[in-house]
Amino acid sequence: MGLRKFLDNIKPNFEEGGKLHCFHSLFDAMETFFYVPNKVTLNGAHVRDAVDMKRNMIYVLIALIPCFLFGTWNIGYQHFLSHGETATLWQNFGYGLLKILPLYIVSYVVGLGIEIIFAQIRKEEVNEGYFVTGFLIPLIMPADVPLWMLALAVAFAVIIGKEVFGGSGMNVVNPALLARAFLFFSYPSQMSGDGIWIAEKADAYSGATPLGTILNGGGVDQLPSVMEMFIGTIPGSVGETSKIAILIGACFLLLTGVASFRIMLSTFVGAAAMGLLFNAIGTTTAMEVPFYYHFLMGGFMFGAVFMATDPVTAAQTNTGKIIYGFLIGAMAVLIRVANPGYPEGMMLAILLLNVFAPLIDYCVVAMNIRNRKKRWAKAEERSTK
Amino acid sequence: MIKIKKGIDIHLVGEAKKELRNYEPTLCAVKPHDFIGVVPKLHVAEGDEVKVGTVLFHNKNNEGIFFTSPVSGTIKAVVRGEKRVILQVIIESDGKYETIDFGKADPSKLSREQVADKMIQSGTWTMLRQRPYSTIANPQDKPKCIAVSMFDTAPLAPDDNFIIENQYEAVKVGVEALAKLTDGMVYLNVNSSATAKKLASLNFSAKNVSINEFEGPHPAGNISTQLNVLSPINKGEVVWYCYAQNLVSIGNLFLNGTYDSLRTIAFTGSEVKDPVYYQTRIGADLSGLYNNISSDLATVRIISGNVLTGTKINGDNFLGFYDSQVTAIPEGDHYQLFGWLAPNFKKFTSTNTMGASLCKKSKKVLDTNLNGGIRPLIMTGNFEKVFPFDIYPMQLLKACIIKDIDQMEELGIYEIDAEDFALCEVIDPSKTPIQQIVRESLEMLRKEMN
Repeated sequence: MGLRKFLDNIKPNFEEGGKLHCFHSLFDAMETFFYVPNKVTLNGAHVRDAVDMKRNMIYVLIALIPCFLFGTWNIGYQHFLSHGETATLWQNFGYGLLKILPLYIVSYVVGLGIEIIFAQIRKEEVNEGYFVTGFLIPLIMPADVPLWMLALAVAFAVIIGKEVFGGSGMNVVNPALLARAFLFFSYPSQMSGDGIWIAEKADAYSGATPLGTILNGGGVDQLPSVMEMFIGTIPGSVGETSKIAILIGACFLLLTGVASFRIMLSTFVGAAAMGLLFNAIGTTTAMEVPFYYHFLMGGFMFGAVFMATDPVTAAQTNTGKIIYGFLIGAMAVLIRVANPGYPEGMMLAILLLNVFAPLIDYCVVAMNIRNRKKRWAKAEERSTK
Repeated sequence: MIKIKKGIDIHLVGEAKKELRNYEPTLCAVKPHDFIGVVPKLHVAEGDEVKVGTVLFHNKNNEGIFFTSPVSGTIKAVVRGEKRVILQVIIESDGKYETIDFGKADPSKLSREQVADKMIQSGTWTMLRQRPYSTIANPQDKPKCIAVSMFDTAPLAPDDNFIIENQYEAVKVGVEALAKLTDGMVYLNVNSSATAKKLASLNFSAKNVSINEFEGPHPAGNISTQLNVLSPINKGEVVWYCYAQNLVSIGNLFLNGTYDSLRTIAFTGSEVKDPVYYQTRIGADLSGLYNNISSDLATVRIISGNVLTGTKINGDNFLGFYDSQVTAIPEGDHYQLFGWLAPNFKKFTSTNTMGASLCKKSKKVLDTNLNGGIRPLIMTGNFEKVFPFDIYPMQLLKACIIKDIDQMEELGIYEIDAEDFALCEVIDPSKTPIQQIVRESLEMLRKEMN
């Protein structure tokens, strides 16, 4: 219990009137990271579930580990592939790690720094939400994104996307996606096109993502094989390429119940429905892409599993979740196929439905209210008779 | 048979054995705070002699409601708190239980007013409460129906079937009395077909009695859960309710003409050496039972009621007016290293996120640790699994937080009570004080509406 003693010893410095009081939020965050606090129930139920927000958030992080590991390896693999060199597993992974670690350092230092400052101003405990956001952000970026851009995007997402609304739990749109969208619209030349998806790509190598190929009018025959797209040995954002890794994460989230199966499932159903509809019309090459290709291309699956299921920005009612997921899937495919300007429809679809989620909930709850009012009216009729 | 599907049973160590002992308290207290919205006006002073049924105080807000003494003896103290608010009227028992005679009667031959009057004068009326707000029933109201929950599904709850085993005569008279008080139905809700059969064989002379058998996890025993199935409360309606032992007390008033202040309690919890049932008095000082607690009292939380909705009574020691259970569990003021990642086999969880999820049915020793820090409401979809109402719990809770009365009404606040949110509070990973929020909102509504 040396650690406990050490924390107890230095704790008075951070309390009201202590020398280091200005760092008390940082100390709290550290202390609660090591120890679940000794707080007891004061009112209401005397016993509580052992689950807390930290566990829920960390579980999302655990679910992301396969994507992180594969994505890191793939950075190296794609780099050496573009140069026509062969590298060992560890060379690939090592190269990827050198690329991605700076992204993580920037993401966490900037994001958590802002979080801690806001927690201190608000006199709240530091929320775990950014652990997940901060882990997600590098995974949805191209590996070569300039660090200053990343820092700017993180600051924008955390301050404008989250803190101005009141912090974790109050935000309207997913902060990680907002960071991505911020860069996408602010620095389009660095965030789109075929050149950016492979770290330090050799100029001669194409490096187009499957989505980019479709966007440029390429047919299915020009895409990598289904197996390649499924395993993930393709260019793209760090975390999105390997569908196997994503599915492992999805299984973990569904088994532990941390993410909503309603959202995940209905997102796939929505995309399949829209994809089949386009297949039936089939007037352009983009429409002719088989519907299941949409699951394998771009960030669809990553978005469906890790982004759409964010409980804060998703619909909150069970019925609402199904509608919300379905519309995300359908909208993502619609944007991909019908709008030549934006290859990554998933990001835009989720952000759009984030904004509409409260409306969906409002309609679902309104049904409940209407039924109740009908019952009231009937009862009143009965009593006046 | 009505099946309640949503909900969850929390299995704890320390269930009471079906063995009834006697416990005669030397002190008893009536605590005005046990009753919602009651401002007491004292009828007695320290040193006065009282009998069982002597009026101690009445409610300033409703002059016609009397609160009477559960034992005979002398008034030992009137304990006051801040701004001289009366906290407790403590009576020292002389152990004789001399009673005031309110007159025997057959309720089926009395008028509604006569039934109500007898109950009010004896103090028995206070056992009858109303929804919404859970205040004592107002004799002037005409309730849509009266519901009696004759079983309790809370953790370690006493078995009412066992408690009323030999009391069916009183139950019958009690039901006849309640049937007089409403033009609507009297619902007797049970969880055992044997009890249902016995009740059916009582041949009530009143026609408006209905016996319903329920099945399912907690909160199946809650009045709101049962009413939600039988007769949901609409805006403007009032429903009265009480529990099995209250029914026996009402019956005994008419059978014997006296205020029946007997109360059988289950003394439960992991810290109780020998958990059994005790027959004692309403408001009894329980400190005489503490030698039955196995650990140091400073490390134990003693709760009048169950672990979901009960009140901590360390240092106070008086049984709550409506409680028929006392629970002793360990305090949890300790740190747990990496507790948010540990498998926590010995803790309770409703989720599938830890080792404890694999042994949800085993009986556990739970302490009072909050198991985390307070956070904003982030996770969704959990409350719905333990909330068997046609109500959106998260949305209603948020309406309560922002104190939007219209929205609370529309989302169904009249149909529930704070206790119905107890399970939501237990499983909430954000550790929000949900029952307190709902209670405060109901209080705000009650004051706005009256």
